[in-house]
Order: sequence, then structure tokens, then C-alpha cells
Amino acid sequence: MASVSYRNVYKRWGDVIAVNNFNLEIEDKEFMVYVGPSGCGKSTSLRLLAGLEEISDGQILIGDRVVNDVPPKDRDIAMVFQSYALYPHMSVYDNMAFGLKLRKMPKDEIDRRVKEAAETLGISQFLDRKPKALSGGQRQRVAVGRAIVRNPKVFLFDEPLSNLDAKLRVQTRAEISKLWQRLGTTFIYVTHDQVEAMTMATRIAVMKDGILQQCDTPTYLYDHPDNVFVAGFIGSPSMNFFDATLVEADGKVWVDGGTFRLEVPGKNTELALKHKGKQVVFGIRPEDIHAREFIAPGIAPAYMDSTVDVVEMMGSEIFAYLMTGKKNFVARLDPRTRAHVGEALSLVVNMDNMHIFDPKTEQRLT
Amino acid sequence: MEEDTNNIQRRAPVAAAEAKTKGPLDWLATNLFRIAISLFVPLVTLAVLYAGFLFLRNSHASKGIVAIVAIAWGVGGVALLYFVSNWLVEKLGDTWRARIQPFVFVGPAVAILFWYLAFPSLRTFYLSLFDRTGTTFVGLDNYVAVFTNRNMFTAFRNNILLWIPFGALFTVVFGLIVAVLADRSKFDRVAKAFIFMPMAISMVGAGVIWNMIYAVNPNIGLLNAVYTGLTGNAPIAWKASAELAPWNNLFLILVMIWLQTGFAMTLFSAAIKGIPGDLLEAARVDGATELQVFFKIMLPSISGTIITVTTTVIIFTLKIFDVVQVMTGGQFSTQVIATQFYREYFTNQNSGFGSAIAIVLLISVVPVMIYNLKQFNEREAF
Repeated sequence: MASVSYRNVYKRWGDVIAVNNFNLEIEDKEFMVYVGPSGCGKSTSLRLLAGLEEISDGQILIGDRVVNDVPPKDRDIAMVFQSYALYPHMSVYDNMAFGLKLRKMPKDEIDRRVKEAAETLGISQFLDRKPKALSGGQRQRVAVGRAIVRNPKVFLFDEPLSNLDAKLRVQTRAEISKLWQRLGTTFIYVTHDQVEAMTMATRIAVMKDGILQQCDTPTYLYDHPDNVFVAGFIGSPSMNFFDATLVEADGKVWVDGGTFRLEVPGKNTELALKHKGKQVVFGIRPEDIHAREFIAPGIAPAYMDSTVDVVEMMGSEIFAYLMTGKKNFVARLDPRTRAHVGEALSLVVNMDNMHIFDPKTEQRLT
Repeated sequence: MEEDTNNIQRRAPVAAAEAKTKGPLDWLATNLFRIAISLFVPLVTLAVLYAGFLFLRNSHASKGIVAIVAIAWGVGGVALLYFVSNWLVEKLGDTWRARIQPFVFVGPAVAILFWYLAFPSLRTFYLSLFDRTGTTFVGLDNYVAVFTNRNMFTAFRNNILLWIPFGALFTVVFGLIVAVLADRSKFDRVAKAFIFMPMAISMVGAGVIWNMIYAVNPNIGLLNAVYTGLTGNAPIAWKASAELAPWNNLFLILVMIWLQTGFAMTLFSAAIKGIPGDLLEAARVDGATELQVFFKIMLPSISGTIITVTTTVIIFTLKIFDVVQVMTGGQFSTQVIATQFYREYFTNQNSGFGSAIAIVLLISVVPVMIYNLKQFNEREAF
């Protein structure tokens, strides 16, 4: 159990900067998720912490100890790899016991730990098998088991669910969350899947191009994205963005998108007034757009017209791909909505949950 | 409508009756042309090939023309035979075609293998049961001689106690070390190219090169130049001296190690590159030192390759001939099984004894070969 700190960490490969001035304080017992598109530096950040890559600049601390020059084996960390990296010539038991044997732990203690971990993960019956005789899900459990038995200060996960099928992934996601609660240890988890990040993390660090964009709790990140990238990356379907202008007319403030004009209600008036007359990027999440017939109670009516382009019936909801002018956007509608391709659909936008960003810096306007 | 159905009913019995009257003779009549063609084409082919053979045998044309015709006849003849036999097989029904077709393609290779490998082996065995002229049957006397002759005893010792352990061991160990180290170096391509280079030199060439290195005259012999320069002693005949025996064998073995390390290194290097990087990283995170990673993860991961390389080198060492023949001619107690075979069969003109040695060599290689093949078959990706 330990905290982890990145202080002004850089990783460069020649001219390529993989991790650019990374600063992050991870508290003890946190479940931190690094998320971002591929090549954003999230895996590299994790490998720097594991000691599998050398730090170009800055400091990494585990607990109070600077670990820049500490080899991986002395960092007291355990890592679960995307490929699971099970030793093919060893049985499941030996795979899990490997790290303990290297530490010269007494045999009965190794045995106790391995059997206990196998019990927890439901792989007791496979202990004598070689990894190649296991399914993907079972291998994944062995990889987790190998990490658990070590009882390390920090658990590192590098996209551990990517090689599982969709159903198993959802199931394993919940199991990893449970494991974290039970072990009460610091978890650091890398994924490109924002759903995994949202469902498991206590805090999420969103990265892009080697730069940390924002780090906060899932809810805060969702409701208050710092910039256009974070706003678009978190949430599925993604947030809709429109080029718009903030205008004042008739004693009210409006978001004017050319083909639509939405009134900014009380809560956001002050913010909108502050940036009055400016060009902005107006962001609104799909679930904040409703069909006019099914307005949730308590929404100040801001109406908008659209044409239906594509309809995806999900059962519990409808993903409607709509158009206003030539601009496409998505709405999550009530499944009873009658949306027909090519027909007009009248919408209500919940402007309480609007987002505005600076079109040049793409930063959130406050 | 009614008429139509009537028509059909009336015609059906007629067709059946026609079919009944068709006997084997009719079948033959309709297929006669096909059968004739099937016989005619192969016969023409054989005739053409035979004509070519006769021309080559009896021709008095200039040698250049004969050579060109021979090439055309050989290459074209093989192609023609394949083409015609395949064409014939295609004419058969589906079941028979599936049964016979593989043999059309594999058959010639198997036949050649038999003619040049199996048949000579059998004939050698046959000869080994006769005396030196191949006329008087002597039973297993030659084999008794193989295992009692003093020269043969030395040859076995050299082959089994010196060449295999030292040669194979050092080739494998050096190959492995170079592969691992080169893998971590920036100059791995250059380093590997240098170590692989001796592979391009023939055994005989290598023997000549090392003859110079071991030469007694320190003005020629590199080793003696170093030795006399450092110690001031008189130069030593490293390989051609009975005083150093049996250790003078090691100087010959060194040549083979020099030649074969590149081969071992190449295979090991490929195998090591095939180990997933994650696996080594997982071991490092698990607490393994670099040495532990090497012995507990890398070595087991490439164990299949190690076995293959080792057995290949062992087979090679058992059959070693050129290096010894060129460097010492098998004298000064450096003889090995193959040089003894050569000496007995060709120098001493004892075909019975020589054949017996060859058979013993063959039999001693076979188990290693079988093990090697089994390894090839068993090896599978994880």
C-alpha cells in the first residue's frame, strides 16, 4: 500500500516526446485509470512507473521513495499485461509461485498464498495445467493471481481486458472492481476504453499526445470536462459540438448556431453573459437532447428543429443521428419517440447541461 | 396438358430399355477413343524421351550442342513426365485421382532417394560382410575388427569423448552467448555478420586457414608467434604432435567450433527474438534478475531450438571428416570414424572393413537423427 507521485516526468525517444511533463499524485488505495487514444502515452506512463522504461526527466515516487534508478524487481509492484505474459513452460501454480520463489519465501507460505489466490479467482482446478490449456478468461485470471500472491504495494494493469470478448470483459470489469475493494491497495489501470475508466476508477487521468489533459473523478470529468478533447472522449455516444455565437436579445442570452437558436436558462446566464458576442464551441451531450413529446420534467424549454438521418433502436432508448442544416449530431431519445428517417423532428435541449469552449484554445470557458 | 403427361409416361420405359441393352461392350465402344488416347500419349512421350537418350548416347555432334540438348532433355523430360502422368491421373475418377495423385509428385523424389541413398546403404552393408576384395563371405568379422582395432579405438575416443562433448558443447554455448549479447548491442547486425562469416567457408578452406595459424614456423603460425613471443620457448606443433595427444584434437575441434558457432547463433538469435517481450518484462517485475530471466524464462522458452541445434551439431560432429583429413590426415592420434573409413576403404583398399566402419557410423547417427526429427514434429507454438 502506497501513494505514487509523478513529478515533471518526461519520456523522450529521440525527437518523439511520449510523455510530456506528467504530474500526478495518486493517493494510497486509489483506483486510478489512465485513459486516452492509442499513442497518448498512457502505457508509457505506466511502464515508467514499473521501471520497464527509463525516465528521461523528472521523478517518480512510490511512497516516499524516489524510484528513478530502482530496478523493477525492487519496486514492490505487480503488473498484469495485456497479453497476460504467462510463462508458457510453467504450470499455473508455478506461474503464480514464480515471484515468491525468487524472493526465497518458505514453501508452505507460497503454497498457502497461491491456493488462497486461486480460490478467490476460481482457478483452483487449473493449478496443474499449462497456460496453453486455458481459455482467454482463465489466463487473465492467472495473470491477476500472479499479481495478487505477491501482495505488492501497487498493482499495475496494462489493458488487461482488451483480449477478452465483450461479455467476459463486462464481467471481469466488475470482478477487478471487487478485487480492488477487497485488497484495499493502490490500483493503476491503463485502458483506451472510456467505459472501463468510468465504471471502475475512483479518478481518471485523461491523456492525449503525451500530455495529461485532466484528472478527476468520473462524475466530475463527465460534467465538467476541461476541454473539447476530454468532453468528446468521455461519454458514449460522444458529446455534440456546434460552432455558435453567444448573443443577447430580448433581454435574454442565446446560443446561436445559425440553424438554431437556444435560450440559455437561469443557471448558465451569468456565464453566457460574460462571453457575450463571442464565437464559441457549444457542446451538448446526446442525453440532454429530447424529443418534444417526451420532455423530462423540470427542463426549461429550448426548442430546436432537426431532420432524422439514421435511427438506431437500442430497446431501452433510441440513438437518433440528426441533422440541423448540414451539421450532424446525435441524440438519445425515449424509445417511444416516433423518429422516421428523412422526416423532421422537433427537439428540446436541456440547456442546464450545456458546455461552452473557446474555439481557438479548445479550453472550457468559465 | 393431358397429352404431355402421356408422352412422358410413354417415353420413360423406352429410355430404361435402351439403358438395359448397353453392356460392357457398348461402354468400351463409347470410351474406346479415350482409352486409346490415354495409351497413345504416354507411349509417344516415352518414345520421345528414349529418342533423346539415344541421341545423347550416340551423337558425335560438338560437346556444346550435346550439353544443350542434354539440359533440354533432362529438364524438359522431367517436366514432360510430370505433365503426362498428371494428365493421365486427372482422367481417372475422383476417388482414384485422390489416391494416386500424391505419388505422381512424390514418387520421383522417393525413387531417386532410394536409388542414391537406400540402395547404396544396403550394398555397403552387403559388402561389410565380405573380405577386403568383396569376394569371400566373412560374416561379422569386420564388425569385430571395428570394435577391437587399436586405430578404431582411438577414432571412437576422439569422436565420442572429444569431438561431441567439446565440439557440440562449445558451439552451442558460444552460439547462445553471442546471440544473447548481440541482441542487446547496437552493432548486433555487424557482430552477427562477422560471426556468421566462417559459415561461408568450406571445411577444407577452414582447414587450410587454420593450418597456417597452427604452423610451427612462428613467421607463419599466428599461435606460435604469440606463444614464442610471450614465453620465449621453442614453437610447438599444436596439432601434428603425438606428445600433445589426445589434446591436439582440441585444436581441430576449435576449427569446427569456429565454423559452426555462426550457425548456432543464427538459430538461437531467431528463437530469442521470438520470445514475447512481455514475458521477460513480467519476469523482471516479478523480481527476477537478468541472469534469472535468462535461465528461468529465456532458456526454457527456446529449449526446442537448443535441442535441435545440439542434435544437428552432434550429427555433424559424428560425421566430421574434412577438417581432420586436411589438417592431419588422421595422424598423430587425431583420426575419427570417417577418416578411418576413408583410410581403410580407399588407402588400404579393404572394402569389407571400410564398409563395416561406414555402417557403424550410419547406425550411430540414426538415433540422434530420429530424436531430432521427433523434436521437429513435437515442437508447436504456444
